[in-house]
Amino acid sequence: MPVFVAGVGVISAIGNNVAENQDSLKKGIHGIAPMAYLQSAHRNRLPVAEVKLSNDELAQKAGLSNRISRTAMLSMIAAEEALADARLPLNTALRKAFISANSVGGMDKTENFFPEFSANFHAGRLRDVVNHECGSITELVARKIGFTGFVSTISTACSSSANAIFYGARLILNDVADVVIAGGCDSLTRFTLNGFNTLMILDEKPCQPFDENRRGLNLGEGAGYVVLVSGKIAAMLQRKPDVQLSGYANANDAYHQTASSPDGTGSFLAMDGALKMSGLKTSEIGYINLHGTGTQNNDIAEGTAIKRLFDGHYPPVSSTKSFTGHTLGASGGIEAVFSVLALQKGCVFPNLRLETPMKDLPFQPVTRFMDNLQLQHVMSNSFGFGGNCSSLIFSKS
Amino acid sequence: MYINGTGIISPQQSFNHESFLQNMAEHQGEQMRCIEPDYKELLDPKLIRRMSRIIKFGTAAAMDCLKDAGWDAVDAIVTGTAYGCLEDTGVFLSRMVEHDEQMLTPTAFIQSTHNTIGAQIGLSLKSHSYNNTFVHRGFSFEHALVDAQMLFHENAAKRILAGAADEITTYSHAVLKRFNIYRKDASNIHLLRNPGKGTMAGEGASFFALHSEPNGNDYAKIDGLKTILANGNENMEPVIEGFLAAHSINVSGVGLVLMGVNGDEPHDAPLQKIANGIFGTTPVFGFKQFCGEYPTSSAFALWMAANICKEGKLPPTLAEVALAKPLRVLIYNVDLTGHHSLILVSSC
Repeated sequence: MPVFVAGVGVISAIGNNVAENQDSLKKGIHGIAPMAYLQSAHRNRLPVAEVKLSNDELAQKAGLSNRISRTAMLSMIAAEEALADARLPLNTALRKAFISANSVGGMDKTENFFPEFSANFHAGRLRDVVNHECGSITELVARKIGFTGFVSTISTACSSSANAIFYGARLILNDVADVVIAGGCDSLTRFTLNGFNTLMILDEKPCQPFDENRRGLNLGEGAGYVVLVSGKIAAMLQRKPDVQLSGYANANDAYHQTASSPDGTGSFLAMDGALKMSGLKTSEIGYINLHGTGTQNNDIAEGTAIKRLFDGHYPPVSSTKSFTGHTLGASGGIEAVFSVLALQKGCVFPNLRLETPMKDLPFQPVTRFMDNLQLQHVMSNSFGFGGNCSSLIFSKS
Repeated sequence: MYINGTGIISPQQSFNHESFLQNMAEHQGEQMRCIEPDYKELLDPKLIRRMSRIIKFGTAAAMDCLKDAGWDAVDAIVTGTAYGCLEDTGVFLSRMVEHDEQMLTPTAFIQSTHNTIGAQIGLSLKSHSYNNTFVHRGFSFEHALVDAQMLFHENAAKRILAGAADEITTYSHAVLKRFNIYRKDASNIHLLRNPGKGTMAGEGASFFALHSEPNGNDYAKIDGLKTILANGNENMEPVIEGFLAAHSINVSGVGLVLMGVNGDEPHDAPLQKIANGIFGTTPVFGFKQFCGEYPTSSAFALWMAANICKEGKLPPTLAEVALAKPLRVLIYNVDLTGHHSLILVSSC
C-alpha cells in the first residue's frame, strides 16, 4: 500500500519557494554568503547559507508576528506552500497530521533572552522564551494551518526531518491519519554556529562536499515539507500524485556521539534497509541525494558505505548542501523535496565546487545539471549526531 | 504491547525496584528532584563525569529497565523528551554569552542535542537498530509509544525499549517560575490534599521494555493510547468515552483511573468534574504528588499503572481500596499547555 507525495514546499538560501529553489539548482547558484541577518562574533570569518529575508519580511510572508522565532516562520512558509500545492479536497473530512522536525526550536529568541536573564533571573522578556521548545514551533504552525489531529515533533539532529517524513508515512499506513504534512525546519542561531565551530568542522569558504580537500560544512537554514496521502485520498485529488515514498529505514551507527564510524556502518544499514523495504536493486536507483556535509568524516563514511552497497552500479550522486548549506533538522525535508523534483523533472542537480574527487572512492559526484533523464527511483540520505542515520527512497508511480 | 520490564529514576525511591511507593518521599518548596542512585555500577565511570543529570538518570533508567526484563539487545529504542538536555544547553549558552563566542569547548554542545539519551543508550548497547526521539511537549512520551505500537504492528520489532526523560535545571526553573505556575513553600505530601494556586515542578526518567507477545510474567499490557491537542476547554468526557469504546470497553469497565491533577485548582477543576462525572463510581487517584508536574510525567504514571496491575493492589501511599480483577487502568494526563493524553493499561 503505497504512500503518495501530493505536494511539496521549500524555503532555503537558494529560494523562498519550490520554483525559486529549482531555478537556482538548475543554474548552479548557491546561497552561501557572509552573514546578513545572524548576529555573531564570527560574522567576518564564517559564511552561512541564510534565507535571504529579514525576520520582518518572513513574518509578513508567514502571516505571523515578527517577534516569533524565525524557525516557526520558515516552517510556516514551506508548510503552507506544500499544502497549497497538494490541493486537497475541501469537502472531505480528513484526519490531518503535522509531523515537523527541528533541532533548534526557538533558540534564536532564547539566545537573545539569555544575556539579560542570566545576569538577573527576573529580567528578559518571557515572550522570547515561551516558544523555546522544539514542539512549540511545530504547534504554532499546526494550529495556524489547522492540522491538529495528530501533531508531533521529532529531533534526531541532522536526520530529524527524514525521520519525520517516514513517521508521517507510517501514520497513514497504520490508519492513524489520512493526510500528513511532514518534514522539518531550522533557523540559524549563534548557539548552533558556535557549537559546530567548537567541533572545528565549519568551512571558512563555501563548502566542497566529496572533494579530496574538503574543509568542512557551512551551516544553513530553511524548511522543507511533503504532503503525504494514502492511495484512497490520492484517487480523490484533481492532480494525481506521480511520486510515492517507496522505502525508508532508520539505523544507528552506535560508534560515537558525533563522529561517524570509518566504514559508515549506520549509513550502510540505513540505505540497505530502505532498499530492502522498496524491493529495489541498487542498479534501479537513478540518483542519490547525498547527506554530503563536506566534513572529512561524513563524506568518507558515507562514500565508503555507498561503495560497499553500490559497488559496480554507481548512480549519479550529489550533495545539494553545496547550494543550501547544512540546514540540520531541515535538511531531510529540503532534500526530500529536491528528490521529488528530480523525479518529476527527470533531472539531477550538480555537486558544486568539486575540484579533486576523493582518492579513496571509486565514484565521484555529478558536477553539472543533467536533465531529460528517465529517473524512476531516487534515494535521499540524512545522517546525524548520535549515530542517527536515515534513508528515504522516492519512486515514480 | 506487553511490559516485560521497567526502569525508573524519579523523585521517589523508585530505582532498582527497591519499593513500589511503600513510602512517600517528601519534597518541600517548588521542586521535586530525582532521588538519584550511585551510577558507578550502571554507567562507565569515565562517562559519568561528563554526563549531565538527565543523561545519567535517563541512561541508567534505561539500563536498569533492560536488566529488569533480562534483555541484552533490543530491536528499537524510542525516547521522548519535551525539553531535551537543558543543563548542557544552559552551560553552552552561558559560556557563549560570557566569553563572547570565543574559547568554547564542544562537550556541552554535543550533549545538548535532544537525541543524546537515545543515542547514549544505543551506544551503550552497541545497537544499530531503529532509534528515534520525540520532542513534542506533553506528547513526547506518548508519541514514542505510538511509534512502538506501529513498529509492532508492522512486524518491524519484537523487543522495544521505550521511555522518557526530562530534567529541572536552575535556568529552566527560573524561567518557568515566572509564569506563576508553582506554589510557594509547598510540600508534595499535601499537594493534592490541599489544592490551591500552583503546582510543584517535577522531573524523572521512566523506561519500559515492551514486547509484542506476552511472556507470562509481564507487568501489564498497554492496550492503546490517544493524544488530543486541545483548542480550549473542550468537553473531554465524550472523547474519553470514544477512546474506551474504540477499545471495546465502557466507563464501568475501567477499574482505576490515574489522573494528571497537580494541585492547582484551575488546572484540576475540569479533571475533578470528570472524576465526579463519568468516573463517579470508579477509584480515581492522582500521580503528580509523587513525581511533580513535567511534560513526560505520564511515563511515571505508566510505571505506577504497570506495578499496580502486577501486584493487583494499590500501594499504601495511595489507599486501601479493593481493585477489580482483571484490572483495566486508564491514565488520563493533562499538562500545563493543553496536551491531553489517554493510555489504557490492562493486567495480564
